[in-house]
Amino acid sequence: MSILEIRNVTKRFGSLVAVRDVSLTVAQGELRAIIGPNGAGKTTFFNLISGFFPPTMGAIFFGGRDITRLPAHQRVALGMARTFQITEIFPELTVFENVRIGVEVTAGYGMRPYIGQVGTAKVRGRVEDTLKLVGLEAKADRLVSELAHGDQRVVEIAMALSLEPRLLLLDEPTAGMGDQETHQITQLVRRLHRDKNCTIVLIEHDMRVVFHLADRITVLDQGMLLAEGDPRQIAANDAVQAAYLGKTA
Amino acid sequence: MSGRKGLRGDVRALLTLVVIWTVLLLAPYWMPPLGGYTALGTRVLVLALAAMSVNFLLGFTGVLSFGHAAYFGLGAYGAGLALKFVTLSTSLSILAGMVLAGIAGALLGALIVRRRGVYFAMGTIAFGQVFYYIAFQWSSLTGGDDGLRGFSRQPLDFGLFTIDILSDANAFYYFVLFFFALVVGVMALILRSPFGRTMLAIRENERRARFLGIAVERHIWIAFTLSCFFIGAAGALYALTNNFADPRGLHYSQSGDFVMMAVMGGMRTFWGPLLGAAVFVVLQDYLSSVTVNWMSFVGLLFVLVVLFFPRGLLGFVRHRGKHEHS
Repeated sequence: MSILEIRNVTKRFGSLVAVRDVSLTVAQGELRAIIGPNGAGKTTFFNLISGFFPPTMGAIFFGGRDITRLPAHQRVALGMARTFQITEIFPELTVFENVRIGVEVTAGYGMRPYIGQVGTAKVRGRVEDTLKLVGLEAKADRLVSELAHGDQRVVEIAMALSLEPRLLLLDEPTAGMGDQETHQITQLVRRLHRDKNCTIVLIEHDMRVVFHLADRITVLDQGMLLAEGDPRQIAANDAVQAAYLGKTA
Repeated sequence: MSGRKGLRGDVRALLTLVVIWTVLLLAPYWMPPLGGYTALGTRVLVLALAAMSVNFLLGFTGVLSFGHAAYFGLGAYGAGLALKFVTLSTSLSILAGMVLAGIAGALLGALIVRRRGVYFAMGTIAFGQVFYYIAFQWSSLTGGDDGLRGFSRQPLDFGLFTIDILSDANAFYYFVLFFFALVVGVMALILRSPFGRTMLAIRENERRARFLGIAVERHIWIAFTLSCFFIGAAGALYALTNNFADPRGLHYSQSGDFVMMAVMGGMRTFWGPLLGAAVFVVLQDYLSSVTVNWMSFVGLLFVLVVLFFPRGLLGFVRHRGKHEHS
């Protein structure tokens, strides 16, 4: 069963066509990687899925429902969470406070002026569970602005997880990381996929990570769908070699 | 922001509260010996409440309104008109002022919450000026340029006894302090609630807030409406203080004064605007008896604070304290 279906989506910015007639189906429980050279339209594509802006043409379905024109916060309510290529967190708040906001919104407390002790305890429990899941429980009371870059990326993933997503969109989770941090994130993504029964779509530049993690790979080039297949098929694909792998080698 | 501050932070927060409320509760006793007078303290409370309402939006949601004087003025006219034509209950007149300001804020807020930054501020100024000109022109109801007269606050009748807040300045001070505490208490509760945390999230990173599932525009609209209710209470108390409502209370320059008080005191702190209002009112009171150009001196102080204490007076103290103790 597909959880995400994208039908012939196009996004224009003036005369620039950032995404051109791309279709894609992601199955429930899949771990899909989207790759492509710089400027291939990967992040624009993510922004279309998550509702940052609507497509110029085409339609997007999430869990069988047409969400093409749905605002971003309502997509979150349906179970879609994302991270950003450039870390988007609340720098002046602690790790705990960063994660708590998503937990409270997801629990339906976002508009409440008061939640009492039961609500507070429930929220605290869920925040602690989320921090444990990503291995940040020891840093709960630190300001995120004081954390290392790698930990900040993990906080952002924890914030996305606080929304209890059915679909998790990760935009270059290992961007700007060293080898060890990259390895940790890779392990984390694998664990989330396995243990949380969460469908994951990730944009990634690091080919080791992509071929290590992904069930299927989608290759974009100049806004168009170039190829799609399992890692072995993609590695053997001549068009991909020419457009992408060849360039980086 | 508990958690991080730990026990020592909690103790300091409690101490701050004790000091502030002691100073406020005893003001009628320590002010006269220092050359002040109780009515000055009343003025500080009223304008502080207004500045704190503006800061509820500016400091804790990150949204700058330059038109909040309109809702301050609506609170004043609402209370004045209620006393003049409808009821002789002073407390009900305050409620009338709040409701008038809050409803106007809810309606106009809905039209501008999609704007950001300068465009939002310009929108608030424009709507604010509309109310100013209405108050100015609609003489038969508002008294026009002369302001609304012909009402006065009434003694509080508790059945067994009455409190004369009309002629007893101290009694009126405590009356204002009571409503100040009520509104400020509600403000503090909201800021500590899940809703208050979504306000902070919007201030800190609007894009992240949106992708955490927060309906950003709706939350800004609610925060805007709440702050209009709050400043409506301040406006109502202002009208009761003077037994008079002035169209200039709706003018955008009055909005600017509120923003100045908030920024001068420290807009990222809850109590900063109270300090800012105290400095502003006391300076105004003292300097205006010396020179007609008192505003130049207040303005100069404002510039100095912005240049050398960008976090405001209270923000500066807090920030230094944090570093000394960590």
